[in-house]
Amino acid sequence: MSAGRARRRLASGVMTGLVALLSFCAVLALLLILGNLAAKGASSLDWSFFVRNPVPAGQSGGGVANAIIGTVVIVGLAALIGLPVGVGTGLYLAEYGGGQLGWTVRFVADVLNGTPSIVIGIFAWTWLVKPMGHFSALAGSVALAVLMIPMIARTTEEMVRLVPHSLREAALALGYPRWRTSLRIIARTALAGIVTGCLVGIARIAGETAPLLFTALGNLNFTTNVLQPMQTLSLQIFVYATGPFEEWHRLAWAAALVLMGLVLVLALSARWAIRQRHAAAR
Amino acid sequence: MTTLPIERPHWRGLRGVNPGDRVYRVTLTALALLLPLLLVTLVGQLLLSAWPSIRRFGFHFVWTTVWDPVAGVFGAAPMIFGTLASSLLALLLAVPLALGVAIYLTEFAPKWLRQPVAFLVELLAAIPSVVYGLWGIFVLIPFLRGYVVPPLRAALGWTPFFGGVFYGSSLLAGGVILAIMIVPYIAAVSREVLLAVPAAQREAALAMGATRWEAVWTAVVPYGRAGLIGAVILGLGRALGETMAVTMVIGNRHDIGVSVLQPAYTMAAALANEFSEATTDLYLSALFEVGLILFVITVAVNALARLLIWRVARGTAVGSRAL
Repeated sequence: MSAGRARRRLASGVMTGLVALLSFCAVLALLLILGNLAAKGASSLDWSFFVRNPVPAGQSGGGVANAIIGTVVIVGLAALIGLPVGVGTGLYLAEYGGGQLGWTVRFVADVLNGTPSIVIGIFAWTWLVKPMGHFSALAGSVALAVLMIPMIARTTEEMVRLVPHSLREAALALGYPRWRTSLRIIARTALAGIVTGCLVGIARIAGETAPLLFTALGNLNFTTNVLQPMQTLSLQIFVYATGPFEEWHRLAWAAALVLMGLVLVLALSARWAIRQRHAAAR
Repeated sequence: MTTLPIERPHWRGLRGVNPGDRVYRVTLTALALLLPLLLVTLVGQLLLSAWPSIRRFGFHFVWTTVWDPVAGVFGAAPMIFGTLASSLLALLLAVPLALGVAIYLTEFAPKWLRQPVAFLVELLAAIPSVVYGLWGIFVLIPFLRGYVVPPLRAALGWTPFFGGVFYGSSLLAGGVILAIMIVPYIAAVSREVLLAVPAAQREAALAMGATRWEAVWTAVVPYGRAGLIGAVILGLGRALGETMAVTMVIGNRHDIGVSVLQPAYTMAAALANEFSEATTDLYLSALFEVGLILFVITVAVNALARLLIWRVARGTAVGSRAL
């Protein structure tokens, strides 16, 4: 009996070690990828990389200024379209989402959340690029907005639901109408959480490539006209990584490092925002 | 309202006749209706655009292996096969890893380690797809070629699954990249499912004399089984629709082969590569049908995952905010 007990103990120890090892592997994968990015990308980051536009294939030098500006413009426009709709839907789900319609919207949001982004891309192509007759940054922004809405809706709902009921009752008891209670008291209390959700949503679309392939298309030149094709870092990385030139590969790593930095800053500030909320609650 | 604020009884707002309330509610409802409307439009538009292809090829589209834009014959079987094969390969690698992470973080890890490790694993989901693709081309594929494929071939080369020449871009590379990409999703949702298992479940098993692992394996995991399966299916949904990273490493060849060392193709990759090159209306329509099939499969998979997860963690947005 004691031998059996020892064996069971051993098995428990071995399995504990195994799951710890698996966790270590997952973290290792992250560190490897980030490490490779830093090692292969950092040496190419100089002043001209940030301020110059791409040069024709085969020449060395050149930068990704157009892609950096393009990413900011396209993602900014997408946020402008997506954030109000996403937050509004989230507020609806939290305030009035108890019934059948609420259940449906919640379910549709969760289902859309897992929709392949490339499908959203061809959707945007059909509705915006085809009727307009040419590719445009605007179509890319709309595709990205569609991608971010379901996610922001669900996080907003969750954050608003965390606000204590007593707060709402107190405001209503003081004669506040429901809409002002909702916006001035509830949404404001949940603001840090909502901002976190928005930042996470923006971080997620900032690196998207697939929905931009047939909408924003990419552009070798610098432009800020949202009705024209526009370059983004993600599209630039795709072209450079799959191209045949050494020089392109070098620039792809550098661009990937910049994009990763951008996404990490957004993700970490999201985390910081939620920390602030917890600190305030304490 | 601003002219004589004092004479207005404040409790009027309580009766729900405040016009502002009505405007507020109508506005929010209109915004919320956009999502279902979007889903319906999306399905309708895909169907409409794919209709010429559907009428022309019928169900043959799904099992025809020929994809010849010049002759105007289209069959999606190789892409459907490649999509399923790469996703299943990814699950095979990702599920043990992700469940291991979830179990370790909820049951065994020291308290101070849990948050940082969970955050680092979730950061894997923050890496853009195209960056995974870049890493796959220049780091993963050389690594596979140098250190993984030779021993695999030596041990299992006699099976059809590891035959053929390894050029680099292959089903194996696609599966491994996908596995790394879906680990954070499966791990995050599994972790939340395991956290939702009542502590009494563990305590009862431990009180019966179970070791810590036995308690986890016989009392905690079975309790959350539906949710864990949901988490895995959610990961599957992610893998099926993943585009850029797979397009960059899977080789993009219209062919059905059982060897994981051979190039393959996925539906998402076909859309990414060929959509802007589609020269004829039928070609475009065939690609729309590919998109429709991909969409229907992922929606079905996601809906199933949600229902399973909701059974454990009722109505919560588990996984929705997984970054």
